[in-house]
Amino acid sequence: MSTDPQWKNPVIRWVDDRLPIFTYMDHEYQQFPMPRNLNYFWNFGALASIVLVVMVVTGIMLAMQYTPHVDHAFESLERIRRDVNYGWLLQYIHMNGASMFFIVVYIHMFRGLYYGSYKAPRELLWMLGVVILLLMMATAFMGYVLPWGQMSYWGATVITNLFSAIPIVGDWVVTLLWGGFSVDNATLNRFFSLHYLMPFVLFAVVGLHVVALHVSKSNNPDGIEMQGPQDSVPFHPYFTAKDSVGIGVFLLFFAFFVFYAPNFFGEPDNYIEANPLQTPAHIVPEWYFLPFYAILRSVTFDVLFIPAKLMGVLLMFGSIMILFILPWLDTAKVRSARYRPIYKFVFWVFLFDCLVLGYCGAKPAEGWYLVLGQVATLYYFLHFLIVMPILGKIETPLPVPTSISQAVTGSGGGGAAGATAAKMEKS
Amino acid sequence: MRKAIITLISAVAFGVTGQAMAAGGVEIPKRDWSFQGIFGSYDRASAQRGFQVYQEVCAGCHSLNYIYYRNLMELGYSEAAVKAFAAESEVEDGPNDEGEMFMRPAVPSDRLVKPFPNAQAARASNGGALPPDLTLMVEARIGGPNYLYSLLTGYTDPPADVEVMEGMNYNAYFAGHQIAMAAPLSEDAVEYADGTKATVAQMAEDITVFLAWASEPNMEERKGMGMKVMLFLIVFCGLLIAVKRRVWADVH
Amino acid sequence: MADTAASTDSGGEDVERRDFLVLAAGAMGVVGAASFIWPVVQSMNPSAEVLALSTVEVNLEPIEVGQAITIMWQGKPVFIRHRTADEIAKAADVQIADLRDPEGDADRAEKPEWLVMVGLCTHLGCIPLGQKSTDPQGEFGGWFCPCHGSHYDTAGRIRKGPAPRNLPVPPYAFIDDTKILIG
Repeated sequence: MSTDPQWKNPVIRWVDDRLPIFTYMDHEYQQFPMPRNLNYFWNFGALASIVLVVMVVTGIMLAMQYTPHVDHAFESLERIRRDVNYGWLLQYIHMNGASMFFIVVYIHMFRGLYYGSYKAPRELLWMLGVVILLLMMATAFMGYVLPWGQMSYWGATVITNLFSAIPIVGDWVVTLLWGGFSVDNATLNRFFSLHYLMPFVLFAVVGLHVVALHVSKSNNPDGIEMQGPQDSVPFHPYFTAKDSVGIGVFLLFFAFFVFYAPNFFGEPDNYIEANPLQTPAHIVPEWYFLPFYAILRSVTFDVLFIPAKLMGVLLMFGSIMILFILPWLDTAKVRSARYRPIYKFVFWVFLFDCLVLGYCGAKPAEGWYLVLGQVATLYYFLHFLIVMPILGKIETPLPVPTSISQAVTGSGGGGAAGATAAKMEKS
Repeated sequence: MRKAIITLISAVAFGVTGQAMAAGGVEIPKRDWSFQGIFGSYDRASAQRGFQVYQEVCAGCHSLNYIYYRNLMELGYSEAAVKAFAAESEVEDGPNDEGEMFMRPAVPSDRLVKPFPNAQAARASNGGALPPDLTLMVEARIGGPNYLYSLLTGYTDPPADVEVMEGMNYNAYFAGHQIAMAAPLSEDAVEYADGTKATVAQMAEDITVFLAWASEPNMEERKGMGMKVMLFLIVFCGLLIAVKRRVWADVH
Repeated sequence: MADTAASTDSGGEDVERRDFLVLAAGAMGVVGAASFIWPVVQSMNPSAEVLALSTVEVNLEPIEVGQAITIMWQGKPVFIRHRTADEIAKAADVQIADLRDPEGDADRAEKPEWLVMVGLCTHLGCIPLGQKSTDPQGEFGGWFCPCHGSHYDTAGRIRKGPAPRNLPVPPYAFIDDTKILIG
């Protein structure tokens, strides 16, 4: 069904014969077959790439004005906010853009979890996504240090100190990261350098993510493969139009925070210049790290021969690493939660668990919050290591429609579910 | 799945307010400020009075590091007034042709002259306590303007069971209630040029408005631009939804 | 537009309406993108604290006749020369019409003994020599740019070499007899 286009314009034909970028674009973004039953949750990949571009553009402009030196960083931020033309706008977009990026990516990930988008043949697609998440986290963390406020400084101190939990070489590694004996000018400089570098690495991995997506094609709410033209619509104009709606609504959401609540996601303490002699009363990471922070703090006791500190670090990194093997932990034959009644319930429990972890991460690690965090951490790992493998074996899935077109028209097979699909489509 | 969005958004809000609750000790009463809300702007008359309070009461100890004299024009002062005002203070400049540093009157492109040359000097003159810079005070405290107002009006006699340490003062809203700064405002501490009665509450309000401006002088521009951007995006979204419906009409 | 979309359309009216909608949406998208680019580009222009420093006061008292000083203004060197009567005469004694960038000496110096100009060669921005008495001053006794050999006369006008224009005179005003404000 997808045929090579015949280019009429001779210049385009000349270029295309030598470097087939026009044919490529035509294949991948014009004729490219998309499942016709996708709902608006399939917008979030496009949204994430929009945020990435916005972050890179504003970031490059901010880097032209920023001074990576402990004596001038905070002051240069104030200069950006006060004296640089539209500097306040660029800074607010960049600052809130980080939060937007995580909101979008987390929704994108939970969509993948719900509809089984990580399952064969999309394992590598999913794993590249986890790499993207890790790169985003590193980039966001280092970016947060640059304003050199109190939270910047103490966040950097706490997070870099995580590496001191590594047996034997831990202290050596931390000194290496710092380039000194505490978070100082050398640290700030390398964080700035890496913060500028990482987004481009991120771009490259996003490229791979998209290539992998275009090999296996999009998953869909019914979790069944497209079998022919009756199941699909071409990317353009159907998904250019649909993604544009998502982008428009998202920009509205984004703009609201930038213009009317620019400090909503921020911490007042970061408007105080870094002071290595005074720790703020209550250190919290940015909201998108809170669940992981809760996992880190939940280990208050030594496990066998592993000290509590190391165990906390291991669990925190493990909570992301475990996503790499998720495609093999999930033993179910059916992809979409739409046809997995028990998994559907389990999914919401897991989402709730992540929110509980985030809540605990924002609270001081004491009393009930600590216990709650520990229970939530335990469940987080149970979900992946026990529930997912066993559930796939014991759950009886609902009848799955034989094709997407059948699911959309709502006849036969998964009648009820198909009708829901059609309804969601219209919303 | 629509539930998911709502849940996630509320989770974000939940997490953030959670932080605010955890860090603040005392409940801070909320007040209405002219600069809040989507159309809010700084009350210039109040900010000018606040600047007078800053000059006459706060500036002896607290710096305003990121404000230049020229910024004061945004509060409605004329260029001549700002020049004259700047010239009242001296700043160090140099080295001159002989290699010496020298003092000259400040000009509008200078920053407000600091009360102390460095933190050590500030501590030495204030019994070991460092008077913080006030430029970002409104943004740097949980509760923002409400906190500042409450703090300035919150000096009371300590409850019977509280013993206030040497050199400290009791304040109902300060974390731990013991603050090194003595009550800075007292009835008629300044004589307002516009004849407003200088009560403690009035002065606290004025200085808060002034410092809110100092912390984010671009706020009015931000909100004004935001209104245009939001309206544009709403129309744009409507159009995009119409296009999408048209395009998809033959599929459904 | 994709042919797939057009071919599946039922009526001509529909197509027209869609085309209008797409055009309107596209136009708004372009306007939106441009309004985002504007502040992004604007942020590279001089910021408020740079603009605030755009004037500088110079005391002329210590400059003897025949001497010149170089001061910084907006990050650029400004030549201030206390010209001798001979130099003034030489600058006035020129056929203005023959110059590459015709300008009378009186138009370039408010008071003939004081010549104030930005000391950047109008060719490619090097700093011409000639401020010190030991410098080469070119064939016309003014300034000589060593980069590509432009010769300027005692009024800073281009007389020979690749530079297209005279050395520019910055805006300045005499505050009193011995003080000027540049900018």
